[in-house]
Amino acid sequence: MSLTHDSPLNIEQIERNFCEIAPALTEAEAIFESNRCLYCYDAPCTRACPTHIDVPSFIKKIASGNLTGSARVIFDANPIGATCARVCPVDVLCEGACVEKTLMAKPIEIGRLQRYATDAVMSRGRNVFKVGAGNDKTIGIVGSGPAGLSCATYLARLGYAVTIYERKSLPGGLDTYGMAEYKMSQVVSVEEAKMVERLGVEFKLNTKIGHDISFDQLQEKHDAVFLGVGLGATTRLNIPGEDLPGVYDALDFIERIKTREWLDVPIARTVAVIGAGNTAIDVVTQARRLGAERVLMIYRRTEREMSAYKYEYELAKQDAVEFWWLTAPVEILADEKNRAAALRCVRMEFGEPDSTGRRSVQSVPNSEIDIPCEMVIKALGQKKMRELLGGISGVELDAVGCVVVNEHTMQTGNEKFFAGGDCVNGGREAVDAAQTGKLAAQGIHRFLFGEQVELAGARLPFVEKIAGELPAAAPAAYDGPATPAVDLGVKSYGGPER
Amino acid sequence: MADLSVNFAGIKSPNPFWLASAPPTNMGSMIERAFDAGWGGAVWKTLGEPIVNVCSRLASVDNGTSRMMGLNNIELITDRPLDVNLKEIRECKRKYPKHALIISLMVESKREAWHEIAMQVEDTGADGVELNFGCPHGMSERGMGAAMGQVPEYTCMVTEWVKEATRLPVIVKLTPNVTSITPPANAAVKGGADALSLINTINSIIGVDLDTMIPHPNVNGMAAHGGYCGPAVKPIALNMVSELARNENVNVPISGIGGIGTWRDAAEFLLLGATNVQVCTAVMHYGYRIVEDMIDGLSNYLDEKGFASVNEIIGRSVPRVTDWGALDLNYKTVARIDHNKCIQCNLCHIACEDGAHQCIPFTELNGSRYPIVDESECVGCNLCHLVCPVPGCISMVRLDSGNQPLTWRELTSRQ
Repeated sequence: MSLTHDSPLNIEQIERNFCEIAPALTEAEAIFESNRCLYCYDAPCTRACPTHIDVPSFIKKIASGNLTGSARVIFDANPIGATCARVCPVDVLCEGACVEKTLMAKPIEIGRLQRYATDAVMSRGRNVFKVGAGNDKTIGIVGSGPAGLSCATYLARLGYAVTIYERKSLPGGLDTYGMAEYKMSQVVSVEEAKMVERLGVEFKLNTKIGHDISFDQLQEKHDAVFLGVGLGATTRLNIPGEDLPGVYDALDFIERIKTREWLDVPIARTVAVIGAGNTAIDVVTQARRLGAERVLMIYRRTEREMSAYKYEYELAKQDAVEFWWLTAPVEILADEKNRAAALRCVRMEFGEPDSTGRRSVQSVPNSEIDIPCEMVIKALGQKKMRELLGGISGVELDAVGCVVVNEHTMQTGNEKFFAGGDCVNGGREAVDAAQTGKLAAQGIHRFLFGEQVELAGARLPFVEKIAGELPAAAPAAYDGPATPAVDLGVKSYGGPER
Repeated sequence: MADLSVNFAGIKSPNPFWLASAPPTNMGSMIERAFDAGWGGAVWKTLGEPIVNVCSRLASVDNGTSRMMGLNNIELITDRPLDVNLKEIRECKRKYPKHALIISLMVESKREAWHEIAMQVEDTGADGVELNFGCPHGMSERGMGAAMGQVPEYTCMVTEWVKEATRLPVIVKLTPNVTSITPPANAAVKGGADALSLINTINSIIGVDLDTMIPHPNVNGMAAHGGYCGPAVKPIALNMVSELARNENVNVPISGIGGIGTWRDAAEFLLLGATNVQVCTAVMHYGYRIVEDMIDGLSNYLDEKGFASVNEIIGRSVPRVTDWGALDLNYKTVARIDHNKCIQCNLCHIACEDGAHQCIPFTELNGSRYPIVDESECVGCNLCHLVCPVPGCISMVRLDSGNQPLTWRELTSRQ
């Protein structure tokens, strides 16, 4: 069903709206920016990066003109470094750490420099790593998202025969299907997956676990299995009208955009988006870019409680999104054609804080309001994969449905199964997933060979910890003259006047 | 506003900023524009038998995003006919009588050749001549330029020849491509030089094109060594200028040259004994306009320091330069880090650890990491202070060692 006729924009205008928000650096910009880096030792940016990329090292290599070496430093610590260069919340990670406490008003553009270096090798279709000397072990990886690609890369470099099982037709998981299009298009993550493929990793696409192959078969076939399955469908609202035409799931909406088949992307004049997380921001900003005249963000609490990053919120503000705080949906109303036509909401107010200190909200009696809108998008977070994972013998799930693992080895309760990414942490950034994939590769290697390898950025350098006080800032200096007095008799050098 | 005018070996100029003999002083129209921009004097691009230049001629070394930290050239002396240059000199001096106009000279090593050109120049009304005994490339292969300056006897002899032929002040421009600057300087003074100027450019190959593997600058696939100048050479020039300023035999004024781009650079040369300065690379980089801030900055500096005239700072730091053996061994400083200003880039830590004396241990304290100076181990070398990017964060603080000053000379003479 296409609603694109409701967009006042033509295809060219929409294409322009989906231009990259952070375009590639030019050579001149990259040289300038890389030279601006202080080259900190034990750098805050590296500490702030969940995969602990040696940021000063890769930046210094850009400055020296060693782009291959720069990309290798990045991919060594983060096999999805090209994706992360574009989608990482750098303001709260590396770049946030860079500017914090520094003398620079503006942090180094680490994300864009990372893109510059990785683009340089990816555009040439080059791999920066070699496949390890083969061993006789095979590993099955479920899911080709950031966690799976990361784990596969390290295992291939260690010499394992790796097979990735992916239910979708393209590899990359949320990197391919879930990123806001103005941040990154599918080309990047798919190319990144090709780098993994060139390391000898086999991709079995369109392969659904439980349908095409079972966990038992995987366990039988492989010496170890890594679960990087991510999360499931968007949480339901459980209100009347939720299944009406015109009501969408945020991830489905974004996935439609990712095809860039603009005529097939649903859009309406007025779009109500329910939720206030980063995915909700991706939805409201993209709905605006598709041409929706009015986009409303509906959230039961206020901007103080919203989980979206501040800079994402700023982006939505710049896109002239309307924010309806303390508003909760209670019903989606249909028009005479039985399509979504309005969102009935109630006003909310804060009650007493609960046991966690978070103030509860409750609806205000008789505060219903009907907001006319032809499209409703639910962005409420994703469900856990209880049904899929609950069936694996020995794999334990916690109360909210996340896989329980050893945090160092990522091994589950079933010794042959390891897990990482959103299915373990409940839904975080791609870069976090990449790190869990790395730790799992170390864990698998230790499990199968009893050997502890240290992959780049797996842990931070040891620092001696002491307790005590800093030395006083004010120097207790000798207050004598700077130097013994010297007679400064000045020889005259001016010549005589003629 | 402080008086910036100087009298250099009898040559007066409204300020101490002269253009050095180089491409920016190639012809009359250029020098006239430079005087209009504020330059106090100019040394005309070296006259001599007109030459044929090669293409290309320049190459530079960058430091990060700083362009042209060092510049290398293989351009020779003027390629314009002598009579054209002389005509323009005459016109220029007539139009700008209060500016210093000096003519750089380089001819073959014949008494008559030097006599003739010196007299021709004197006839134009120019204020002085500068003998180019420094050009290290091309001309030196023909027995001129640095080939003169590197042999004190030749330096003395040619200076005498020129002094025989003209009453104009004779400045001898020295080459730094010598083991010691003292013998050629003494020789020039002995030959009657009224002043010295230094340094000329330094022998250099600036680099190699890593794709073609041909050194820069490329002349049809080949390269030759050139003359190096620009900000990178300033410390070499300051050392040589101060050496001559400390030399009792050198009782003539010195024109400081080498890497001067700002009033600060100029002030340093003046403090170390130069009476004026000459500038080239910075003008080739940014144009004549840079002199405006040189004048303004030096003037403000003098006002703030309470000097009425630039002459008051000339040579003022010379007594502060001595030999290593006369330095106080008991002088002790240590580094102090202001942890309120520290951004924890830890450059001081790694510099001290790998480049100095391992006395800024890197410690985690109450959840944060700090570089902390171990003062008992600190030798006061300044390295951490130099690498620290935060102004005022690391200070070198004097400690009272409780001992009287003691030099190495005193120490060894006691034993």
